[in-house]
Amino acid sequence: MFEFIYNILDAIIDIFIKDMRYESYIITAVTGLIIAFAVINGVLGGVLVLIWGERRLLGRFQQRTGPNRWGPQGLLTSVADAVKVMFKEDIVPEEADHYIFNLAPLLLVIPVFIIFSVIPFGISLYAVDINVSVLFILAITSISGLSIICAAWASANRIAIFSALRSVAMLISYEIPVGLSLVGILLITESMSVMDIVIYQSIPFILIQPVAAIVFFLGSLAEINRTPFDLTEAESELAAGYQNDYSGMKWGLFYLGEFAAAIAAATVFSTLFLGGPNGPILPGLFWLTIKVIAVLFFIIWIRASWPRFRIDQVLNLAWKGLFELTLVNIVVTSIAVIIWTDLDSNRLLYIGLVNWIFAFPFVLLIFKLLKTKKYQSDINSSSYYPVGSDSPKFKKEIK
Amino acid sequence: MSIKSEPITINLGPQHPSTHGVFRMRVTFDGETIIDVEPIFGYLHRGTEKLAEERTYTQVVTLTDRMDYVSSMLNNQGYILALEKLSNITPEPRGVWLRMIASELQRIASHLVAVGFLIQDLGAWGTPLTYAMREREKILQMFEMLCGARITNSYLRPGGVFMDAPEQFWVALKDFVYDFPSKVDELEKLLTSNEIIFSRTKDIAVLTPEQAINASITGPILRSTGVSWDLRKDDTYDFYDQVKFDIPTHSAGDNYSRYLLRVQEMRESLKIVKQCVENIEPGPVRPHHDEVPFLVRPPKGDCYVAIEGSKGELGFYLVSDGSISPYRWHVRSSSLINLTLLRDMLIGTLFGDLFVTFGGIDINMGEVDR
Repeated sequence: MFEFIYNILDAIIDIFIKDMRYESYIITAVTGLIIAFAVINGVLGGVLVLIWGERRLLGRFQQRTGPNRWGPQGLLTSVADAVKVMFKEDIVPEEADHYIFNLAPLLLVIPVFIIFSVIPFGISLYAVDINVSVLFILAITSISGLSIICAAWASANRIAIFSALRSVAMLISYEIPVGLSLVGILLITESMSVMDIVIYQSIPFILIQPVAAIVFFLGSLAEINRTPFDLTEAESELAAGYQNDYSGMKWGLFYLGEFAAAIAAATVFSTLFLGGPNGPILPGLFWLTIKVIAVLFFIIWIRASWPRFRIDQVLNLAWKGLFELTLVNIVVTSIAVIIWTDLDSNRLLYIGLVNWIFAFPFVLLIFKLLKTKKYQSDINSSSYYPVGSDSPKFKKEIK
Repeated sequence: MSIKSEPITINLGPQHPSTHGVFRMRVTFDGETIIDVEPIFGYLHRGTEKLAEERTYTQVVTLTDRMDYVSSMLNNQGYILALEKLSNITPEPRGVWLRMIASELQRIASHLVAVGFLIQDLGAWGTPLTYAMREREKILQMFEMLCGARITNSYLRPGGVFMDAPEQFWVALKDFVYDFPSKVDELEKLLTSNEIIFSRTKDIAVLTPEQAINASITGPILRSTGVSWDLRKDDTYDFYDQVKFDIPTHSAGDNYSRYLLRVQEMRESLKIVKQCVENIEPGPVRPHHDEVPFLVRPPKGDCYVAIEGSKGELGFYLVSDGSISPYRWHVRSSSLINLTLLRDMLIGTLFGDLFVTFGGIDINMGEVDR
């Protein structure tokens, strides 16, 4: 995409100003701005649609209508909300550390948009292709934890501190399984570039690396603070968690950042595990959008039906469940990769088969081990402590 | 290297999304673990008991509506039973059956609210709650047919009920009785075997039967510890001795058994409603004005009547000096007394368990503060 726009601009400038010899970095800068503008606005529009879609879908799940007043099917509800948020009074607590207080929302939003710079929207449609883009994504997503702890600390609110500490504990725990789950893919493709991974996926990696897909999906749910890992802003416990003292557009930025993070997580998942823009006939951008919407629907579905974990259970799941699963996945995949080294067309099939046979049963085993034990005795027994009508001894006293 | 740490005290409430009204807790945490809880209430105190001294006996019924506003019919029933006992009024059979139907429906509605909000406190965003509220809505619509009001019913009168049920009520009730078991199954399918709910509520805030009896805790919380104690059977009133139903009990005494018990009690209440519909016969719904006038003047004396409310033993103590308004009226509100063990239940649990336990007790601030 970059070269394409660059060439067009170059040609235009050549037509109009033939005499002057412009420096190429100006064209580079303009090209970059155009691409950034397109990507950021695309994501912002996506956020508005996602907020609307989530509310409508939750309404459907909960046997109610959802927002349907502004625009057709309530499509303009998020726009109205955005306008409202902008005009609200911006309240800053007196004891707040103003500089960090103002910095925190930006720290949450900017990294999310940066992630999209390395996502290929089509086979040759990407902003930048760096050769370590997987590592880049992992590094950039960790910044959100910094933002949350900044926000909590700066707003001098005890409930917010609770939220931030939970967030950091979760981030530390889930970064490891998420990072390690991608090792299998890197071993197969022998590249850290997202573009290479996308091109390599003649079969989507969710079928080749089922364990890694499960771990990565759960881990990314935890990192974007969605149900069942929404401990950071557990509404029934911490009210709004780290955003308790934010109002106006700063709060709006947090909201925006969260939903953009959901889109980013869904995009990364579809790129790495669902084949990204790969698909027959239709253009890549269309296929990527379809896959992202499917993943987002799944995330919303989970939100509509499940309660949240407790903090100790969340950390248990990360350290006692997902971490081991990624190790199993790495061992199985690396053995398979050593056995089938030649790059013939059946290589992925063999590796996938080995993964399903040897790695996937561990998922069932681990989840069986982590399952809560049933009650020892039958809890429906009334003879345990008879005081009421069954016992004539006590009945006398009542009369 | 050791890091210096100290406990942190947080005020939760009175304005907090999950305190079920205006309840305040001063909680001291050591990390995420609760080491002390100090419940503070009284933010919804309206002086109901004092207000009653200025009103006639029939007008006091409206005050009972506003105590526990999710089980108004049961409050009405308790007060009316106390008034009938005090002034020796014999109720009409049809009125009694009608108020039994109403109060059992109200018990179902109240338990639906309890279960729905318990799951909401667990963090499920709305879906189980709306499932529960959908069923409660049907009950409230039936109440609207009965007496024109949904929440503040004031349906009961000394000696029976305010008016006979219209034809459409029986149609709606038939539909409801036919439909409700499948809806409870649906709710249970979503919740009971859910691993997250089970792991978060099992063995949390455990009460032993001794603890519960010593703190005079009643209702579902007492029964969840394994004590079979239900005033509908053990100190029977109205026609509860003529209907067959079971008292479900559990021996675990934790949050999960409280949830499960409420679901089972809803099924039992439905059984009672069915039998009431079978037993009801045509007739007057309350005594004629000549026998029970509008201005009831009970003879001098006092009485205490307790019924099995949706949250426990709901007791009404009435003192009469022979005038048209009570000399003193006191309510033994089950919510307040069930709260007394909150501290013992919570200490040692985590922050995430706090509101789950609180929702599991199922209190109503209108009844706690009165």
